[in-house]
Amino acid sequence: MSAILPLQVRGLTFRANGRTLLDGLDFDVEPRRCTVLMGPNGAGKSLTLRLLHGLDRPSAGAALWLGPKAADARRHQAMVFQRPILLRRSAAANIDYALGVRGIARAGRPARVAEALEQVGLEGFENRHARALSGGERQLLALARASALNPEVLFLDEPTASLAPAAAKRVEQAIAAIHAAGTTIVMATHDLGQARRLADEILFLHEGRLVERAETARFFASPQSREARAYLGGELL
Amino acid sequence: MASRDGKPGNGGPPLNEIAEGFAAALRLIAGLDAELVAIVGLSLKVSLSAVFFAALVALPAGAALAVFRFPGRRAVVVLINALMGLPPVVVGLVVYLLLSRSGPLGLLGWLFTPPAMIAAQTVLVAPLIAAIARQSIAELWSEYADELRSLGAGPFRSIFTLLWDGRFQLTTALLAGFGRASAEVGAVILVGGNIAHVTRVMTTAIALETSKGDLALALGLGIILLAISLAVNAAAYVINEVARVRAAENAA
Repeated sequence: MSAILPLQVRGLTFRANGRTLLDGLDFDVEPRRCTVLMGPNGAGKSLTLRLLHGLDRPSAGAALWLGPKAADARRHQAMVFQRPILLRRSAAANIDYALGVRGIARAGRPARVAEALEQVGLEGFENRHARALSGGERQLLALARASALNPEVLFLDEPTASLAPAAAKRVEQAIAAIHAAGTTIVMATHDLGQARRLADEILFLHEGRLVERAETARFFASPQSREARAYLGGELL
Repeated sequence: MASRDGKPGNGGPPLNEIAEGFAAALRLIAGLDAELVAIVGLSLKVSLSAVFFAALVALPAGAALAVFRFPGRRAVVVLINALMGLPPVVVGLVVYLLLSRSGPLGLLGWLFTPPAMIAAQTVLVAPLIAAIARQSIAELWSEYADELRSLGAGPFRSIFTLLWDGRFQLTTALLAGFGRASAEVGAVILVGGNIAHVTRVMTTAIALETSKGDLALALGLGIILLAISLAVNAAAYVINEVARVRAAENAA
């Protein structure tokens, strides 16, 4: 049963300081899919995620949740940022805090904290200070915190961009596990291999416009747009 | 001012008298002289109470200024920064007028009692605490804002979270407030009146004893005041170091 999905994006536009950073995006996000935003730096991937998640307001157009719980959409989504934002507390307290904000009763939290840490492979990290973790562990903790909220949709902004390969692999595995458990993923990434492995469909952005939208296999096999062909070919756009 | 041997002073006591004063001061401190202890005790009570009451208002206010966007916010920030340098005598005068028998708070009967001194120092240090708190909370908020909004934390929960997670930096705000409160003379002397055994604190006693020429007590109190100030600054330094190390861990 879907709570807030599908998400209908129509004419999504964002302007700042006289510049149009996002120009009329149209697409839908269907339940249980993994949608990956690709495109060169400055294409508008992060901004799109922020607008969908409601952290910024569009200048024109809208992202509409069409599910039955749309009025309370915030409760059913979560976001993990490129540089994870962790509170100055222990790993367990970070997750416990998020559960508290979402109104989960205190008694039910420890079990969910433990379960979330285990899901990302951080069992035993409960009492470690979040700020003393390695980069990969921080991102895993941020993922655990997000998934502990049982979101229907999880937004991920380049979750492995600043990580070493081994850490990136662990984070990617955690994302795959969260997706396999039924969470819809909307994610931005630069990593072609990661997009190929995780995505059901690709949204390719260039200079604030949605240039191409395709199923993953088709996108990589035969990109239709000149920009996507150039990007996949490793050219600088 | 006349020196103790009765000869007219020419610009202050001779050197040997200062040395004698020092020796006497150390004897007072070492012997825990009753009057000295009472004065130091009242000073600590007044200034710590003032910092406590100021913090109750100033910490949430500073955090709110860091988090909320509202028309006139900049003006309030500028005003609070300006009030950091409030002259203690002016604060004393205003509180005096408020508490004087014909003043709006005259019925409290606080004038020339410790509560009046606490009130005056509270007014004096609240802007300082609020300004420093606003600055460190603003830094923390710029880091936390996206996450707290993503989770759906409301404004009051956000402010509480920022105050709690920023508690190390906020301790320096409190220490700065205590430093300013314990060092000022102007406000406490106006609203307290420097009455022996009732409202005499370290700074007012130093002022009085110096003008009377009793250098021993003045110097003894001066040494203690200096030691307290040093301890406060050392504590602020240590706490800042702890916070800095934690921040460095985060950046690593």
